Amino acid sequence: MQRKATSCAKAVEMIPDGAILMIGGFMGVGSPHRTIDELIRQGKKDLTIICNDTGRPAFGIGKLIVAKLVKKVIASHIGTNPETQRQFISGELEVVLTPQGTLIEQIRSGGYGLGGVLTSTGVGTTVALGKQVIDINGKQFLLELPLRAEFALIAAHRADYRGNLEYALTARNFNSIMAMSADHVIVEPDHIVPVGVIPPDAVVTPFCCVDYIIERCN
Amino acid sequence: MDDKVLIAKRVALEMKGGTLVNLGIGLPTTVANYLDPTLDVYFQSENGIVGMAPAPEEGMVDPNLTDAGGGFVGAIPGAASIDSAVSFGLIRGGHLDVTVLGGLEVDELGQLANWTVPGKMVPGMGGAMDLVSGAKRVIVAMTHTAKGKSKIIKRCTLPLTSVRRVDLVVTELAVLEPTEAGLVLKELAPGVTVEQVVAATEATLIIPANIGVMPISESVAVAVGS
Repeated sequence: MQRKATSCAKAVEMIPDGAILMIGGFMGVGSPHRTIDELIRQGKKDLTIICNDTGRPAFGIGKLIVAKLVKKVIASHIGTNPETQRQFISGELEVVLTPQGTLIEQIRSGGYGLGGVLTSTGVGTTVALGKQVIDINGKQFLLELPLRAEFALIAAHRADYRGNLEYALTARNFNSIMAMSADHVIVEPDHIVPVGVIPPDAVVTPFCCVDYIIERCN
Repeated sequence: MDDKVLIAKRVALEMKGGTLVNLGIGLPTTVANYLDPTLDVYFQSENGIVGMAPAPEEGMVDPNLTDAGGGFVGAIPGAASIDSAVSFGLIRGGHLDVTVLGGLEVDELGQLANWTVPGKMVPGMGGAMDLVSGAKRVIVAMTHTAKGKSKIIKRCTLPLTSVRRVDLVVTELAVLEPTEAGLVLKELAPGVTVEQVVAATEATLIIPANIGVMPISESVAVAVGS
């Protein structure tokens, strides 16, 4: 069996400066916190982050913003992180604000091999600027293009050593979708269990999507 | 009575049994505190749960069970956890009966602006645009004015959340129903006059001959709300 388990440091070493990352979590719940800390420790630069939100300044993805590792964020919400807003308003940071349901569908379509999605969300608003409007049976939809990343950094509740993933409650959020949409998927699980402990019906992300499993603290 | 308590109590009267409801952060969240407990109202939270319940007592929280504001919550027996794609599929796909959201502006067309003040406040829209575009019924719960300025105006000046006409607007002064013809004054808050509402409203209101009063008893409301 291919060995996917690795240390947090080794996993993060694979990520180059300027990389496009998807990072899971919703207000830091279900974010890969150890991986985020390691990105900061290794001082990665000029990252593009695709995520739901930028957490808070001292919690979750917000730490990357405060550490100024990020040049561009694609997110639905930055309101709980004043530092993201400050860098955005001052022009230090590029921010693309996207409706949450549109963002998750852009990520999903990137991972599902689709050419994009049509949604009525945002029609007639500033979100529609520069986007193609398509009429379907008399109703207007925006064409939203797929998103992909070089690395997805996700969190899970349990992984087995093959890479099957199970999630806990609202910590699932963007993680299981992002697991489909990046060239390399690094998962930080709360627990790693022997293969077979997670029954097939309980697997949410199948092992073939996962490239690296971050081992427990070392 | 506190203005926001009055608004939350009035919105709570709009809830019907057997429905799925999404409450926005802030004032809308407090609507749950004033629901008729005999009604089976189910709450969805867009971060991924159907069947959200109030937070358990201290020491019993699960850090992986939160609402869209990141606050700890509980779950009813039979709740379901879902990913964000399913969550917004519920919202956009016609599975969500009601959403209650705050507002910065509502205009004569019934359009809502509630997500940004460009250059000053750029929190992002989060799920608000999907909720307003997709929920079967959209209720705006907000104060009638901010810093003395009417929030109910002729045309929104802030970026819109959606071009969809919202279904009801509840403030501490009145209940307004946006219609094709314009904003109809449906109810007054207890002790409030039509003239007071008109004076606090920049938009032109349609004022019917018979206007109701919010069916909320001032004395009972104060006792429960304080």
